[in-house]
Amino acid sequence: MVTKETFDTKLSPHWCPGCGDYGAWRATKMALASLGLEPHQVLIVSGIGNAGKMPHWVRTYGFHGLHGRPLPVAQGAKLANHELTVLVVGGDGDGYGEGMSHFIHACRRNSDMTYMILNNGVYALTTGQVSPTSEKGFVSKSTPEGSPETPINPLVLAIAAGATFVARGYTGKTEHLAKLIVEGVRHRGFAFLDVFQPCVVFNKVNTYKWYNERVYTLGKEYDPTDRARAFQKAYEWGDRIPLGVIYREEGKPTMEDETPQIAKGPLVRQPLKGIDIKPLMEQLL
Amino acid sequence: MTAGYIFSKVCARGGLNVFTATEYPSLIRGGHNIYHVRVEERELTSPIVLVDLLVALNKETIDLHKGELTHGGAIVYDEGTKLGEGEVRPDVLLYPIPLQKYAREIGEANVMMNSVALGASVALVDYDFDLLARVMRETFGGKKGEEIADANTKAARAGYDYIREHFKPTFGHRLRRVEALRRMLINGNEAMAIAAIRAGCKFFTAYPMTPISSLLQYMAANGRAYNIVVKQPEDEISVINTAAGASFAGARSMVATSGGGFSLMVEALGMIGGAEVPLVILEGQRPGPSTGMPTWTEQGDLKFVLSASQGEFPRVVIAPGDPAECFHTTMDAFNIADKYQLPVILVSDKYLAESARTMVPFDERGVGIERGAIATEDVLAATKDYRRYRPTDSGVSLRSLPGQRGGEHVATGEEHDEYGNLEEDAENRRRQMDKRMRKLEYVARELPEPKVYGAGDSDITIVGWGSTKGPILEAMRYLEADGIRARFLHLVYLSPFPAAKVAQVLDSSRASFMVENNKTAQMAGVIREYTGRKVQHNILKYDGRPFYPHEIYDAVRRTIHGH
Repeated sequence: MVTKETFDTKLSPHWCPGCGDYGAWRATKMALASLGLEPHQVLIVSGIGNAGKMPHWVRTYGFHGLHGRPLPVAQGAKLANHELTVLVVGGDGDGYGEGMSHFIHACRRNSDMTYMILNNGVYALTTGQVSPTSEKGFVSKSTPEGSPETPINPLVLAIAAGATFVARGYTGKTEHLAKLIVEGVRHRGFAFLDVFQPCVVFNKVNTYKWYNERVYTLGKEYDPTDRARAFQKAYEWGDRIPLGVIYREEGKPTMEDETPQIAKGPLVRQPLKGIDIKPLMEQLL
Repeated sequence: MTAGYIFSKVCARGGLNVFTATEYPSLIRGGHNIYHVRVEERELTSPIVLVDLLVALNKETIDLHKGELTHGGAIVYDEGTKLGEGEVRPDVLLYPIPLQKYAREIGEANVMMNSVALGASVALVDYDFDLLARVMRETFGGKKGEEIADANTKAARAGYDYIREHFKPTFGHRLRRVEALRRMLINGNEAMAIAAIRAGCKFFTAYPMTPISSLLQYMAANGRAYNIVVKQPEDEISVINTAAGASFAGARSMVATSGGGFSLMVEALGMIGGAEVPLVILEGQRPGPSTGMPTWTEQGDLKFVLSASQGEFPRVVIAPGDPAECFHTTMDAFNIADKYQLPVILVSDKYLAESARTMVPFDERGVGIERGAIATEDVLAATKDYRRYRPTDSGVSLRSLPGQRGGEHVATGEEHDEYGNLEEDAENRRRQMDKRMRKLEYVARELPEPKVYGAGDSDITIVGWGSTKGPILEAMRYLEADGIRARFLHLVYLSPFPAAKVAQVLDSSRASFMVENNKTAQMAGVIREYTGRKVQHNILKYDGRPFYPHEIYDAVRRTIHGH
């Protein structure tokens, strides 16, 4: 019987006290336990940033790679062994800055994995510079006069790029986030979660209080399968900000479905002995 | 380009040896394209500049290449092309034939001209038309190609008959079929692809780029038959990271690129070095800097490949010299990558990658698959305290694969402890760095020494690496005919550097020559760095073209004889 504690490591996270990452960490372990997964069945891939350290503190297989590049690593691993449950964790700098093109391409491939961005609107590991999701006018160490740029809307981008599960969570609502992760993992295809994750040190705008005053959870009356409505919902910002599944599309083939080489079983289990290259050499005679 | 290939294949089928070289600009169609076919009964290792028979589909070709024609050479060209008085040397035979007229009568003019000229060429060298017809049928044939094949064969016949009917057999070069071993017509890319397939490469990614695009295409074309996942990701950063993920998960993986794409891969190269992920990387060089001359050749990336990426980590670098070496070193590369859990970089160049030559089918005896220290679940179950990065004598630690119970760990390029946990402690850093670098001592012991060709007792040494092998071997024949006995030290396994052997050969040389396709004699610098020895003379070429044997011959002879 797996429990949340099954996924504990001997080490404890060293994020700052009060960091939103703790909520995401707890939600991840809760979700894995409620999915009934065992540690060896799960691979968590991450990039560089505070969020990128997650694999070290959840007992599963992990790959802690380069800034912005976890999605390619995850897609390669999934194609090599599609029996793995693959979770990708990154931050907003990692995923929306350095790794943006990988994000868009992963969406359109509909690779069967769950991609969670812990979005705090600031570069925290490098101690406080502007991020692609910082609000216009955001004052940071690298934008002392305020950011002149319009922030990215990751949800709109993901829907447009072809992601088949697009949701928003909040580390201040851990159980809700855990449920979203469970739904994302159960979804066949590319599940994307943008997660509000307050940085208590470097983002004095988007604080717990700021989020708590604005977020609300989407109810049953909202139909996430309507793409046009999903776009509208994804644009909703200001006094009221929706949490939950914004868009969902079932039945679209995954990247793995579209790869016949792995239809009979994972690539990693295919025998390597006795591969006959004589026909290839004969073609050249 | 297809016509040149067909002519080569027709010669190879007749038991002759062929060496081909292509030149083309970075354009989709048109521009000045050359397909140079060299044919002889003996084995060939290199292209040469001289031309006996020039097939010129336009006037520009005559203008550019008439100076390369041998005494008594010939030009096949369209009768509509007017040559001025004295424009071509009087000893050159001219064969104006109705290329365009026949082509237009049979099919699409520009395409069919090639086939008319092919038929004319076969007639001129008094070769076997039926063999040509058969190869044309194979090349164009297939379900949809029946009509195309018919039309092209008809065009070739027209060209063949025209020569027979209108000209006396005065052209001095004849080809005749000989009984010989069946030989492949194969280039470096094909040889590496076949080796990768044989080695059990299950995951291949690349982004199109000259000169490795044809390797990507070859793998893609054979991916289904051999159950290999072949993907073209969004950029080279994704190419290498995707392959790193697949390899980490346990699939033998390979990527291919050229210098520009390799530049994008460099950060991930260090990551897999630090995370100890096996990967085979092909860097097919072309002239830089930046986009340089995209469709030409150079050996300008040596020092880059040897030291690319920040920090220090173990890597193996291998530069094969011909398709057979491409095959065997690629097989080796997969085994070394797995056994030592590190990146292995294969270095080729446009010349090696795309020049097809005849070779007997590769000898697969002694070719095996070694996957190194990969755990099983039983071993992991018996291991109380599994440590992915446990320091060992050889530096290689037991590797568990995701999905294996009891092998959970984090692989990372950040400094880590034995378990893979992030750790910046000074003592741990030294221990992990030493462990990783120690692998090189063991790799070095198993890598083959550089080969010495030719007169082993000679005190004149030519040093080359990678693809200059063929031209150097041929230059040695010329030198020998001239009374200069030289030996050739060919460097293939470049890193870890075979310092002892190189020093020993150079120490017993009275005169030494470094032959490199680059501006700054990079290998000479590497030799100096690792052996303290200076190669006396540099023979360098950096105009985008491969070495021709006579250039090496001339340079060596001038130095030895002083004229």
